[in-house]
Amino acid sequence: MCAKTFKGGIHPHDHKHFSNHKAIEKFPAPEKLFIPLIQHIGRPAVPIVKVGDEVKKGQKIAEADGFVSIPIHSPVSGKVTKIGPYPHPTGTIQHAIEIENDGKDEWISELQDDEKYYSLSSDKMKECIQEAGICGMGGAGFPTHVKLSPPENRPIDTVILNGVECEPYLTSDHRLMLEHPEEIIEGLRIIMKVLGAKRGYIGIELNKKNAIIIFKQMLRDHKNINVVPCKLRYPQGAEKQLIYAATKRRVPAGGLPMDVGVVVQNVGTAFAIYEALRYHKPLIERITTISGAIVNEPKNLKVPIGTPLSQLLEFCGGTSEDIAKIISGGPMMGFALPDLEAPATKTTSGFVFMGEKEVVDTTEAPCLRCGRCVDACPMNLLPSFIADKVKNGQYEEAMKLGVLDCIECGSCGYVCPSHIQLVQWIKIGKIEANKLKRQDK
Amino acid sequence: MSLVNVSSSPHLHEQVNVRRVMWTVVIALLPALIAAYLFFGWRSIWITILGVVAAVGTEALVQFLTKRPITISDGSAVVTGMLLAFNLPPLTPWWIPVVGSIFAITIGKQIFGGLGYNPVNPALLGRAFLMASWPIQMTTGWATKLANAGVATVSGLKQTLITGGNAQLQNLITSATPLNLAQQIRGDIVAGTAGDSARTIFHQLSSLDYIKELFWGNIGGCIGEVSAAALILGAAILVYKHYVEWRIPIGYIGTVAFLSWMIGGIDGLFSGPVLFHIFSGGLILGAFFMATDMVTSPVTKKGRLIFGIGCGLLTVVIRTWGGYPEGVSYSILIMNIATPLIDKLTPQKTFGYRKKSNK
Repeated sequence: MCAKTFKGGIHPHDHKHFSNHKAIEKFPAPEKLFIPLIQHIGRPAVPIVKVGDEVKKGQKIAEADGFVSIPIHSPVSGKVTKIGPYPHPTGTIQHAIEIENDGKDEWISELQDDEKYYSLSSDKMKECIQEAGICGMGGAGFPTHVKLSPPENRPIDTVILNGVECEPYLTSDHRLMLEHPEEIIEGLRIIMKVLGAKRGYIGIELNKKNAIIIFKQMLRDHKNINVVPCKLRYPQGAEKQLIYAATKRRVPAGGLPMDVGVVVQNVGTAFAIYEALRYHKPLIERITTISGAIVNEPKNLKVPIGTPLSQLLEFCGGTSEDIAKIISGGPMMGFALPDLEAPATKTTSGFVFMGEKEVVDTTEAPCLRCGRCVDACPMNLLPSFIADKVKNGQYEEAMKLGVLDCIECGSCGYVCPSHIQLVQWIKIGKIEANKLKRQDK
Repeated sequence: MSLVNVSSSPHLHEQVNVRRVMWTVVIALLPALIAAYLFFGWRSIWITILGVVAAVGTEALVQFLTKRPITISDGSAVVTGMLLAFNLPPLTPWWIPVVGSIFAITIGKQIFGGLGYNPVNPALLGRAFLMASWPIQMTTGWATKLANAGVATVSGLKQTLITGGNAQLQNLITSATPLNLAQQIRGDIVAGTAGDSARTIFHQLSSLDYIKELFWGNIGGCIGEVSAAALILGAAILVYKHYVEWRIPIGYIGTVAFLSWMIGGIDGLFSGPVLFHIFSGGLILGAFFMATDMVTSPVTKKGRLIFGIGCGLLTVVIRTWGGYPEGVSYSILIMNIATPLIDKLTPQKTFGYRKKSNK
């Protein structure tokens, strides 16, 4: 198998053995759900229900605010009990709609089965996707219909499905690929039709050989769709790195994949798109991995959006020792949470729990100028220099060094012998650099 | 629930820290020390221990006096002490490594703020200081085991290689590291003052048999630079651990190899003894352990290559035309000073970077 990859990167232990053999389990809808109004990149959705309203499963409870925004639907039937600030899985506090589950599981309108979904016009398809409230489910959460509407001077010829899942611990995409390959391929075909793209790729890392084999078999009849086996290397699943591995095209610095005629979507997103078109089902649940060495029964769960983390952990049998770190998302790019209150959202690919021994010492030693961060950076930046400029408040210098091109993958921080919090400094630099940019305009 | 740790990503970290890096370098230097013991006896270990103790002691004392946290356990002072001692003749007086280490740590390192802030390699600065202050003690006291009775001050090389004949030549040889010998003989040949026996000796130096001796370390030389084999074994550990990247050592050794082949011979251009120049003197020690000193070498990838090539260029220049037979340590010191400039002049192109065009 000729595996593809990119330059730079690191080789962390993937820790996937905890959950990669566990079939997806359906998590029973909890009594109370907390559904954040912002689960995506763009403007928060605007609630269209009031406290006290009865809602049905699949009912729209918040409307998209403008084009770069998505609507939100209720994952259960029940009653709106509160709309207000609530912990969010990014570690912040965001407005959320609280819904009390009545346990009846009543849909607002019975799910359809539209077998002719593929013959819909591409505008109609896009509308359907927009209405279903779908955003990128790999982590960032960019509204999918926006990604599927490139300007006319950016023709798209290639769609890449991201099944790399290079974050350690996470196995939700892996399980989805094993259990629903046909649906994912259908989702890819829909995306290709919407964009008028001729080629499709599915990028999968070599630690998921069984998924690669399944897709190779299923894609025999699809001459224009290929599996791209990718070498085990983090961050193979980063958009620009995956595009390079699959097509050898380089997304320009500061540019978007569409500048090289490519759109990348997560495999989970493709699955959601398929469900939205065939069954007119809005995005109200997703696959989430609950994992970590201290979790008693790591699992891959199908979780209604808005389920609090505490209940998910309980469902996985709790932990064998005291929790020292709670991570929403993967350990390389995820957010450390202060408690178990935050709910799962449309972009929650997993929660990872760490014990005392696994927590990394964050005491910084002086930079040795060893250059390991430079070797690890997949964007070919100079992380230690950028961090240095940010520490000294020289944000313009940091901009010249390309702070805004950083993808925050964390490879530099991972290899730094001085344990310098490079990503933290760079994130601060990005905020300040963006401020400067806005001032210039 | 108890309090949890909240920090920025990444939440995983490679099993690496400053201490581990430095102690790994110490381990990587051990094969060379063992080789030094085998060839030169206990004296070389004694000199090394003196250098290390003085370096660690000085670091602790300076940090205590300046009221900073004492960081001797990170192993960086141990590395400095070892490297300094490795650059000394085995029979040098005992106080040479002590004075050198004290200078290296205070003036070379702590005065700038300690580890990570020193502009040049402290061990090499210490050596340069010793060279300038006590040149006799630094350039005599070579030992070699070639003389039968264990360790001897007499150069075994001189005995085995210079067999009668040219008396004038013999007078020229005052010390006997192979490089020294080669430089002097070549100088005479180029100047036309040497006879046929000098040519024979020069060719003998580049013969495969002699290269073997050089490789294993059966020669005169500084404590740590004697056995190329032992040094390469240690360097392999550092490369495997990704503590040393290929650009500096390969750039350095490659440049020395090419240039010494081009201009280092006695039969015109491109006749130089390449392997002789690679394995003699401090090149292997310098290229893998001193030029690659993280703190004082460039961070950018292109910069590292330029740094390596620059070191190689200077080394060959000094070896060929300089007043010293060996140029490794001065070359590295000079390039150390150029490091900030190199870093500045070799910015890296961001992945996907393009010149702005009118789209």
